[in-house]
Order: sequence, then C-alpha cells, then structure tokens
Amino acid sequence: MGKVSVRFFARYAELAGCTWSAVNVETPATVATVIARVREVFPGTKALPPHPLAALNQRQTRLDALVNEGDEVALLPPLAGG
Amino acid sequence: MMHLTRHPLDVKDLLAEVQGPERGGTCVFTGTVRNDGDVTGIDYSAYEAMAFAEIERILGDAQAKWPEARVMLQHRLGFIPVGEASIAIAAAAPHREDAFAACRFVIEAVKKRLPIWKQEHHADGTTAWVDPSGKAVAHGP
Repeated sequence: MGKVSVRFFARYAELAGCTWSAVNVETPATVATVIARVREVFPGTKALPPHPLAALNQRQTRLDALVNEGDEVALLPPLAGG
Repeated sequence: MMHLTRHPLDVKDLLAEVQGPERGGTCVFTGTVRNDGDVTGIDYSAYEAMAFAEIERILGDAQAKWPEARVMLQHRLGFIPVGEASIAIAAAAPHREDAFAACRFVIEAVKKRLPIWKQEHHADGTTAWVDPSGKAVAHGP
C-alpha cells in the first residue's frame, strides 16, 4: 500500500469537507482507482461526476494514468478561469 | 511579473513586458466581471501551483508558435467586484495578425487549461459556483 496525496478545490472541497488529504491505495494505481478510494473515504464526494477532471502532479491527466506512492492527485471542478 | 495576483490588474505593466521597437502591433485582452443579474462580484480561487505552471506552459506554447511575439498575462484571484478585470493579456508582434492570433490563443488556452474557479456573490448574500458555460451549479449561504 502507498500513500497518495489528494487535493480538492472549489465545489469539490465543499463536497469532501476538506482541501487536502491522503489515501492509501495499492501502488502503482490508476487515477481512477485513487478517485474510487476517495469516494469511499469522503462520502460527500459520491456526488462527483463519474469521470471528473483530474491532475496528477500538477498536470491534467487521463484517469488511466499510473499513480505512485507520494504522488499528488487533484480533483478539478469544471475549469472557469479568465 | 507574477502571473497570479490578488491586486487590481494594470494593463500598463503588461504592455511594458511585451512592447518593443521591433514589435509594431500590440493586442490587449481584458476579461471583466459582468453585472449578470444581481451579481456583485466573483470570488476567484485557484490551484495556484498548477495554475502558475500552466500559465508558463501556455506562454511557452505561444512563444513556440509565434517566435517573434511577446505575450504576457496576469490573472487576479480573490474577490473581484463587478466592473474590474479578472484577467489581462497583452501580445505584441512585428505585425498585427500575429499579435491578435497570439492573444486569442492564450485566452482560449486559459479557458481550457487553467485550474481556476469562480464563485458568484449575489446582492442577497448568496453565493453560487459557476461552470464554464456560465451557469450556476450550486448555491451556498
């Protein structure tokens, strides 16, 4: 098992009840696996869309990208910059 | 120049970053908080480390596409009242076509790539997150 940092922003932070946490998953995992674990740990995040936008180590990522221990996964609400 | 700031934007600062005697065309874009309905302002929040890195990547992409152009942008965070700018982009190039194109490229990339979010504040004290289509998605106190 490895620890992966998870960050939440904007509305997703409200759903999770926090802006930062960590989850334990079997690494290497996929981003999708980390998100599935997040849904278990933070019940409010069950309201997230089935395939939320995500970033891995500060870059937008596909949900099948591999995550290693110590990586940071961020769940991103629909982007609204500008 | 810092790409993310909590202070009002000043286009003159961006122009100073991009203009030069060899660049005859300059294009400036500013995005301003609109008075939609009873909106009093918008609170902008960001995944700041990623937003900064992404801005650097966007400007790098623009530089690669228009090597003779210079482009700079600033995005303001925090509460921004109606009528004030949330983003300013300045692009200067030897000729106007490239200045317009580079400026357009950067604002479109910002919309697709920057991890920044808006929360509308209304006159009655309520707030609402805004999705990219401009529709409110959730209300709070």
